[in-house]
Amino acid sequence: MGIVVVNPGPLTLVEDLGRHGWASLGLSPSGALDRQSLRLANLLVGNPAEAAGLEILLGGLRLRFVTASTVAVAGAEGIVTLNGAEIPLNQAVRVAPGAVLDFGAPLFGLRYYLAAQGGIDVPKLLGSRSTDMLSGEGPAPLKPGGQLGIGRVSVGNGLVSGTDSVPGHGSGPGAGSGAGAGIGTINSAHALPAIRRAPDPGRAITARVDRGPRADWFDDDSWRRLVSQEWTLSPDSNRIGARLVGRPLTQTRLEELPSEGMVLGALQVPPSGLPTVFLADHPVTGGYPVIAVVRRADLDLLGQARPGQRIRFLG
Amino acid sequence: MWRLNRSPDRTLLPCGDSAFLVELPGLAAVVAYYRGLTGAGTSAGVSAPPGIIDVVPAARTVLVTFDPETIRPSEVRNWLESAEPAAGVSGSGREVTIEVSYGGPDLAETAQLLGMSEAEMVTLHTGSEWTAAFSGFAPGFVYLVTTHERLRVPRRNTPRTAVPAGSVGLAGEFSGVYPRSSPGGWQLIGTTTAALWDASKAEPAAIRPGDLVRFVEA
Repeated sequence: MGIVVVNPGPLTLVEDLGRHGWASLGLSPSGALDRQSLRLANLLVGNPAEAAGLEILLGGLRLRFVTASTVAVAGAEGIVTLNGAEIPLNQAVRVAPGAVLDFGAPLFGLRYYLAAQGGIDVPKLLGSRSTDMLSGEGPAPLKPGGQLGIGRVSVGNGLVSGTDSVPGHGSGPGAGSGAGAGIGTINSAHALPAIRRAPDPGRAITARVDRGPRADWFDDDSWRRLVSQEWTLSPDSNRIGARLVGRPLTQTRLEELPSEGMVLGALQVPPSGLPTVFLADHPVTGGYPVIAVVRRADLDLLGQARPGQRIRFLG
Repeated sequence: MWRLNRSPDRTLLPCGDSAFLVELPGLAAVVAYYRGLTGAGTSAGVSAPPGIIDVVPAARTVLVTFDPETIRPSEVRNWLESAEPAAGVSGSGREVTIEVSYGGPDLAETAQLLGMSEAEMVTLHTGSEWTAAFSGFAPGFVYLVTTHERLRVPRRNTPRTAVPAGSVGLAGEFSGVYPRSSPGGWQLIGTTTAALWDASKAEPAAIRPGDLVRFVEA
């Protein structure tokens, strides 16, 4: 076994890019809430973007590596230490057998993503290694004393091999072509996504929205309220949904909506008028009207929003 | 602007940058349209173009999600507008038989509510042809409908905190089987040992939307 979980922190999950195509059978997509950060961490250690990594909520995680590995941490920003010494984020780092990796509470953002070269090796379920907190499918959240396997590295398919860190982020395609064993080279087959800073908890984040299928169930003023006010993320938020607090929206049609399919990013509005943005583990059908849908590209930011964070919707 | 198209039988509603919600006149239209879209009654079945991720039927809508990097929204819209509903059983869906031991905790009370004997109710439940309309509530839970309303009963006044896995129930116009233990307010008339949901299988659900279901006495 590659990794021993000394302390899982508040919630650490195995996630990849999700389990897609099963919504008609009642299964949510799940997968990393901040997909871009998991993708980045994977590519930094030479994994395919869809390899499974760890999604670490609010830090607190302590891992002991039984076998040597190369890891990268992306997403939230905070102090991450290896045997007590701080390591850089967004870089590949070599980990020796016996080394202990500790995640401090993030200063920016909410969820760190850890990739290990070869990927976290848990059984695939319906094409994915993700944990789905709503249905309970996929691997259970990490527990103290738990062990995690690391997958095999596919030689020659990596961004980095045998170095302490990936060289400059701007290394262009083919920068290291012909460098023999591939020491410190960038593989031209991969393009690294840009590093996106985790949101500052003291500032509002902005997410673009489009009108949803039931926007006509609300008065015009509701749409204005949706896009003009700053909402606050409620501490009740989780992987199922980001719950928002603010001046409520007003439904004009009061009949009950028959249950209908729900998309990732849907702003579902219950009678309280306070929307919930559906995240990766959302129910696949629901009975409250959807006034708006957050653009897919902006959902990663919502996955990093902290309780109390201010959120603005751009209509 | 955002109400994209209205034809006599279907309305396409926008649903973000990677989905459409198709509104239909009712449940029968949903089942026929879903079968038309998916061919074999699978989620994104043989007749769905590449890039379609999910086709999710519900009470009066079908949600279609897609990957905008693989298929353009206009192509999805054309597919949804031109798809022909597939009526009845022909060539689509599967026939699934579920063995039931009738004798659930609500059997007597439900028969009384329906004004028939327990035996008559069992005969009607096994003798009816049920169509799997849509999933929801839990993975593998499918709302089954039939062509008559003689088994229409209200939900229980107080839901049970734990309904055992395999319980066969009635509620409103629907019948259904609980794939796992969960809270629930349906009238429980029997149990089955059939595995309704097994995520370790390539085909995890015993009953999929579009399937025809028959109950037989175990």
